Amino acid sequence: MLSIDNVTVRYANRVTALQSVKANFVANDFTVLLGASGAGKSTLLRCLNGLVRPSEGTIRDGRGQSIFASNKALRRHRRATGMVFQQHHLIGRLTALQNVLTGRLSYHSAFRTLFGMPPRDKSIGLECLEQVGLLDRALHRADQLSGGQQQRVGIARAMAQQPRIILADEPVASLDPASADQVMGLLRAIARQHGLTVIVSLHQVELARRYADRIIGVSSGRIVFDGRPSTLLPAGLDKIYGTTAPDQSKITEAA
Amino acid sequence: MPAAYDTILASERRSKSRQAGLVSLVVAACIAAFAATGFFDARRFIEGGPAIAQLASEMFPPDFSRWQRWLKPLLDTLAMSIAGTAFAFVLSLPLAVFAARNTSPHPVVYHVARTLLAALRSVPELILGVLFVAAVGFGALPGVLALGFHSIGMVGKFFAEAIEHVDPKPIEAARASGATSFQVIAHAVLPQVLPQLADIAVYRWEYHFRASTVLGIVGAGGIGFELMGALRLIAYDQVSAILLSILACVIIVDAVGAALRKALK
Repeated sequence: MLSIDNVTVRYANRVTALQSVKANFVANDFTVLLGASGAGKSTLLRCLNGLVRPSEGTIRDGRGQSIFASNKALRRHRRATGMVFQQHHLIGRLTALQNVLTGRLSYHSAFRTLFGMPPRDKSIGLECLEQVGLLDRALHRADQLSGGQQQRVGIARAMAQQPRIILADEPVASLDPASADQVMGLLRAIARQHGLTVIVSLHQVELARRYADRIIGVSSGRIVFDGRPSTLLPAGLDKIYGTTAPDQSKITEAA
Repeated sequence: MPAAYDTILASERRSKSRQAGLVSLVVAACIAAFAATGFFDARRFIEGGPAIAQLASEMFPPDFSRWQRWLKPLLDTLAMSIAGTAFAFVLSLPLAVFAARNTSPHPVVYHVARTLLAALRSVPELILGVLFVAAVGFGALPGVLALGFHSIGMVGKFFAEAIEHVDPKPIEAARASGATSFQVIAHAVLPQVLPQLADIAVYRWEYHFRASTVLGIVGAGGIGFELMGALRLIAYDQVSAILLSILACVIIVDAVGAALRKALK
């Protein structure tokens, strides 16, 4: 479905954010990227939809083609990849439905989108809002919704792309525990129902254990654990969060 | 499509058509304004064409032969714009603190400060220029005063608005630690708005340079005085040369301003 092929990311200030990372992701699987802040989770996630371009190696889609092969390939990959952000990234003064419909933009020409979305897209948008339990809020302004509701609008927007992959970057970091549970449960339910590849970055071990099919531990830009939650033992946690990071001389903490 | 969707979409259409009504009102007002100002009178535009062409031909080629006489006035204009900005900045800062809802000590002070800023802003700098020329005589000084006083009204309003939009959380933190109102403003509000204030001041400086050329027309010194002289002599080739010199300076000032804004971020 999606594979990371020996990816190294070095930023302009010579900080190495990822070091020779390899991983495969399959459909209908809920993966949590676990790690301390600065471990490289965000960089990894942003590589997966091409927002960050690897210095070495590449990301391959389901057909084994590099997503960076051409601008067209990259856009096609991004359309098939829904993204959910930590700060929701909604436009506050637009309605929930209007925000969700921005997920449909890549299906239409720039000119066409100036005159409002076709009824079919609106219907898709409403379906997505119904799935996240916010149909009754469709015409409310986004900035009048609670944090948890805003994040669910964010998920509905990602769903409106009708993606095969959903990437979520710390989607519950700014939510209270109850809303966090709701959002994580929703992401897992969507993954099951539509057979999607869902990759979520988190820093809370508890949530990862509860929701993940698979946990990938990231520390200092390397994958230090990859397995089912039940196999994540204290030794593995030490590797992910351990104070003695391996090879400090070669790897610097990245933002 | 489920019935619930239809209800939602119908309700969305209703609010859309209300918005459309509002937009068409605004558009109608714009069209009426064009009509009232004779903008749709094609005859005047057609007759105006040859006159413009005549003027343009007299402006070409620009006559730069007197350029040495323009250097000093250009420098005067530059000095006027800098001094006027500094004058406005220093005076508008305390006024802005009084004119911002979240830092004003009392509603009465707030309204007085707002009214004062509005009053300063509503007198055009050209009128202020005429008044100050009458008061302190010809030269760059009345120009500085005209730019400065008019700008207090403008800059003070922008500053006050910037102060009103600061994040209230650090203010709460400063209050919680026992800081006085003055300390809160100096240590929780100003650090947040300083880059914006610098931004506004630099923009204002760029504007002052352009505005001070016009002030020369009423005798407030600088290159505008030379421009007026050339216009009186109907020496349009010198007029165009002066305009080009001003353009060159404006480009330089804007570039310096952009660099300053970047450095003050």
